Amino acid sequence: MNVTRRQFLKVTAAGLGSSSLAMLGFSPQPTLAEIRNFKLARTTETRNTCPYCSVSCGVLIYSLGDKSKNARAEIVHIEGDPDNPVNRGTLCPKGAGLLDMIHSANRLKHPEVREPGASEWKRITWDEALDRIARHMKADRDAQFIKTNADGVTVNRWNTTGFLASSAASNEAGYLTHKVLRGLGVVTLDTQARI
Amino acid sequence: MVWQSLDIRRRSATTTPMPQARESTEVAKLIDISQCIGCKACQVACMEWNDLRQEVGYCVGVYDNPPDLTAKAWTVMRFTELENDGRLEWLIRKDGCMHCQDPGCLKACPAPGAIVQYANGIVEFHQEHCIGCGYCLTGCPFNIPRLSDQDHKAYKCSLCSDRVAVGQVPACIKTCPTGALHFGSKEDMKEHAEQRIADLKSRGFANAGLYDPPGVEGTHVMYVLQHADHPEWYAGLPHDPAISPLVEVWKGWTKPLAIGVMAAGVLASLIHYVMKGPNEISKETEKEVENETRPE
Amino acid sequence: MTNHWVDIKNADLVLVMGGNAAEAHPCGFKWVVEAKASRKAKLVVVDPRFTRSAAVSDFYAPIRAGSDIAFLGGVIHYLLANDKIHHEYVKAFTNAAFLINDGFQFENGLFSGYDAAKRKYDNATWQYQIDGQGFVKIDETLQSPNCVFQIMKRHYARYTPEVVSQVTGTPRADFLKICEMIAETAAPNRTMTICYALGWTQHTVGSQNIRTMAMIQLLLGNLGMAGGGINALRGHANVQGITDQCLYSEVLPGYLSAPADADKTREEYLAKRTPKPLRPNQMNFPQNFPKWHTSLMKAWYGSAAKVENGFCYDWLPKKDAAYDVLALFERMHQGKMNGFVCQGFNPLASVSHKAKVSAGLAKLKFLVVIDPLATETAEFWKDYGEFNPADPAAIQTEVFRLPSTCFAEQDGSFTNSGRVIQWHWKAADGPGEARSDLDIIGGLFARLRALYAQDGGAFPDPVLGLAWPYRIPRQPHPEEVAMEINGKALADVTDPKDPTKVLAKAGEQLAGFAQLRDDGSTASGNWIYCGMWSQAGNLTARRDPADLTGLGQTLNWGFAWPANRRILYNRASCDLAGKPWDPSRAVIKWDGAKWGGNDIPDMRPDARPEEGVMPFIMNPEGVARLFAPERMVDGPLPEHYEPFETPLDGNPMHPNNPKAVSNPAARVYPGDLETFAKAKEFPYVATTYRLVEHFHFWTKHSLLNAITQPQQFVEIGEELAREKGIANGDRVRVRSTRGQIVAVAVVTKRLRTLEVDGRKIHTVGMPIHWGFRGVTHPGYITNTLTPFVGDANSQTPEFKAFLVNIEKA
Repeated sequence: MNVTRRQFLKVTAAGLGSSSLAMLGFSPQPTLAEIRNFKLARTTETRNTCPYCSVSCGVLIYSLGDKSKNARAEIVHIEGDPDNPVNRGTLCPKGAGLLDMIHSANRLKHPEVREPGASEWKRITWDEALDRIARHMKADRDAQFIKTNADGVTVNRWNTTGFLASSAASNEAGYLTHKVLRGLGVVTLDTQARI
Repeated sequence: MVWQSLDIRRRSATTTPMPQARESTEVAKLIDISQCIGCKACQVACMEWNDLRQEVGYCVGVYDNPPDLTAKAWTVMRFTELENDGRLEWLIRKDGCMHCQDPGCLKACPAPGAIVQYANGIVEFHQEHCIGCGYCLTGCPFNIPRLSDQDHKAYKCSLCSDRVAVGQVPACIKTCPTGALHFGSKEDMKEHAEQRIADLKSRGFANAGLYDPPGVEGTHVMYVLQHADHPEWYAGLPHDPAISPLVEVWKGWTKPLAIGVMAAGVLASLIHYVMKGPNEISKETEKEVENETRPE
Repeated sequence: MTNHWVDIKNADLVLVMGGNAAEAHPCGFKWVVEAKASRKAKLVVVDPRFTRSAAVSDFYAPIRAGSDIAFLGGVIHYLLANDKIHHEYVKAFTNAAFLINDGFQFENGLFSGYDAAKRKYDNATWQYQIDGQGFVKIDETLQSPNCVFQIMKRHYARYTPEVVSQVTGTPRADFLKICEMIAETAAPNRTMTICYALGWTQHTVGSQNIRTMAMIQLLLGNLGMAGGGINALRGHANVQGITDQCLYSEVLPGYLSAPADADKTREEYLAKRTPKPLRPNQMNFPQNFPKWHTSLMKAWYGSAAKVENGFCYDWLPKKDAAYDVLALFERMHQGKMNGFVCQGFNPLASVSHKAKVSAGLAKLKFLVVIDPLATETAEFWKDYGEFNPADPAAIQTEVFRLPSTCFAEQDGSFTNSGRVIQWHWKAADGPGEARSDLDIIGGLFARLRALYAQDGGAFPDPVLGLAWPYRIPRQPHPEEVAMEINGKALADVTDPKDPTKVLAKAGEQLAGFAQLRDDGSTASGNWIYCGMWSQAGNLTARRDPADLTGLGQTLNWGFAWPANRRILYNRASCDLAGKPWDPSRAVIKWDGAKWGGNDIPDMRPDARPEEGVMPFIMNPEGVARLFAPERMVDGPLPEHYEPFETPLDGNPMHPNNPKAVSNPAARVYPGDLETFAKAKEFPYVATTYRLVEHFHFWTKHSLLNAITQPQQFVEIGEELAREKGIANGDRVRVRSTRGQIVAVAVVTKRLRTLEVDGRKIHTVGMPIHWGFRGVTHPGYITNTLTPFVGDANSQTPEFKAFLVNIEKA
């Protein structure tokens, strides 16, 4: 190996004597090192399922606090559930990064409306949002509902308000959504699953 | 009692004897490149566990991202497209600290306690003692440590010593979807590697082998390579890594002489550090050192 | 998946084609790696790109995007020509011996019965020959020219290795090597599994791609076996569950085909859907359709559903047309839609031809977006410069954006790709005022119901009469809904063989779909999920990881539909006498008195082998269909057709028939046909896909994932890069007839230039993950470029093969 002049200087003049310090009488005691504390020690562990792909990996969610009344659980870490027979504790880069999706700066926090022609969102209450949406739906349904077709067959359908369902919703949410939509006579429904 | 949370084998710039009565099991991480899909789960798990968020970079025409190790990216995937014998191979190497049995960084480090080697083999940086001089970069034969722009301290993989200390495996190991990463006693890892190598040989990789380089007395991070005869194919993994002779010279036979000669310099430097903080040219030094130590 | 994730470890050969499991399903892919490590299995990857799956494969071969049927048809030809099939299996368990109508023909790329004006087939000539008792005629010698085996042999005789290579661009030697590897699994004790995904579905021949593979698996005797099957690796965590709950127009929960205008009465409706057995002694399980449907009506309409009113049959809307997502946006584009609700669905990014989708949304009166994240769809009206130019003032759509909680913030069940339903628990509250989907739907319905109760309106009966037994009507609890999905006895359910024996007392949760009745005495929201929450409690919450089978079946982990069965068609894992083809991987067997073993038998437990009850119990013929007389609108046998945007002058299989260039039965809307590009102007084959670092359009909101793949790029091969003077890292513009995107170029050896039909074909690869919202660098929505046309059967858009041009930006 070639030793350049600069390297040589670094070693001799500047590359200072490390362990020699101790020999010169510097005690290590005041500068002892400690490994980082294990950050999950008293967190609460909750079992859940990764929401991304259909491997549906088991995850363990760690949150601050012990679920006592005054403690608002804050999710601080997620790792794989070793018991889950499929992922056996592993997670892919998406799953391993779930924490940042949960805490994304782009999570929605409040109902909002963009009025026709407006160029910004306006925060509204849940009551206002659901009331307005329900009135829109009822108005459209009442105006557009088809009771019988041209042949006089009872068809009871509503096909002017559509619905696209999530593939990330739970079975329960999906089922209830389906029940409500057919109950309203909606035939214009489809799901992410098609794509 | 911090001194004992993981027994310390060696500590930079320290000659106080280390505890030796207890016999710790030496641990190792085994990276089987033939099972690695380059998914970067280990990168993400590493950042998540260690609370690191590097700034969002750019695509520079390759899959590697972040494109290099940084003070906030302790492990990165290095992708190499190789045409070998008329067939394409996509060699993907997880790069990061090798946790050398004979750690050049520790030997080169002038700051007491800034680098420690635990009895189980983990080499860890303790930034609270780091003076930002960058000599660990010179000492490292694998070009791993990085100085932070924010605090001028050196950072690298800790092998999740906080997890290992409580009996857990490092975050990267646990998350690895394909099992390309394994963790356990070094002995077990070598045995596992043997099986993997036999499997690879049966699939036509005649030169499959283990990368556990003797020049640094072996490492606590080892690779299974399909082409162990060509480690350089894997984004420049060094053939025969060894600690820079300068560090060896300085820390070896010249040491007693050097102590006398350099004592004044040591003190001067320490005083300089105490009065002025880290060396202002550390960034420049880092670049120089990087250029000089980058493997061919 | 017919099998499940862990079962992949039991395979001897894993074929990854039409998918990229290592990147899209890394944690499932571990079982491929496991099969390689512990069974010495081989992994073969066939893909237009050398993917990260290919990086760990034993053999990789390139293929032109959109030519999979040519490749797989060639495999069928190879297996038949070289007699590499599992004879006993094929003869007994498939319809190979069945005789088809004399009138069936395939000529010049078209099957008999084609109506070019309607772009539709009449399948009358594709039917079985039926004998006097109503059973299909068969020829056990497999020699009759009208038997399926011979028809199939003739059909695929054209798919020689030379033709395969000419059409697909796969080098002939590579193709043959893969054929040899596949053929080895014709041995009874060797199995191949296939892991496919959207690389096969997102084509205008998507369903036929999969059928071709299913035929190969049947010829090899790999269906029903451990380590075999045909395995769709699905997209989202609960895409399987939402498919099962059937949130799409054509079906009701549990895949019960929904009523259409032609189904005037309940009787007609049920009759059409309740088949008669086509061979003697077959289970013909769909004969139970009335039980499933009636139980659903009881779950939905409660006490209002009575025998007298046909269990509220008329309350169900009847369908008059297609309402799949492409059809919906077509209607919207035509101004026929007034309102639209997107629940966790980001169609502006996910659906083809962004400009058309955006123009459609602008015609709505109101749009509601329910999502945990700020989606592009919710802001289609907002100007994001080059990435989404818009003039908000000109768009009159009223847009609501409702924050929903995500997985970590709610209880409930997800169904994985292997059909295993797993319960999850809430860890924390959502941010701000976010509410769960159940609360949002519950809250909305409560308001609608109150409005109808108060003001009346169009046909209020089903709105007011919908069964709503939830303790807090505005907030149905996930447990309550899960129990309803499972179903319960409304009156005592007795054993049909012994009416004194009560199987379930009134009010009790049902143990399984065998207890469902068609007289209104049972309710079940989804028959295939029946058993998930029995009297024993919530079985989806079971967490016993013990695997006593050694096959990875873990029968006490969660609950798999149907009936906790982990491997579908598992009767086919045994020979006719009930002995496992491969005793070392026995799934079930006949023990002399009953079927049992390492899985829930997919067979009547006491069906003696001599009875000849065949394994494919959901078909009235009891066997699997190599030839499909019905259900496939585009032909009973798969045939290669070019993508709607083909880089060739025509279909090399049928060079002289312009009607047979692309799928003759695929639906094309007027106006879209004109947007399909010609190769002269747009010479390069484009294909879109996911990267392992990102999930769809979600993780661009996650900093950790943004760090690992921060910016939009497209991939091109070195040869194309040279031709176009594009260097690695350059900015490039990619254009289709529908728009353009600009991204960084990744120049790679992994995208090869292929020799197809005498010309060079270059591929442009485009990851999909970027958009104008997110913590990555903003990017273009890739679906700006994709064509608005879907698979003839499923209407899944053709994202995987279309034409573009590319230049340095």
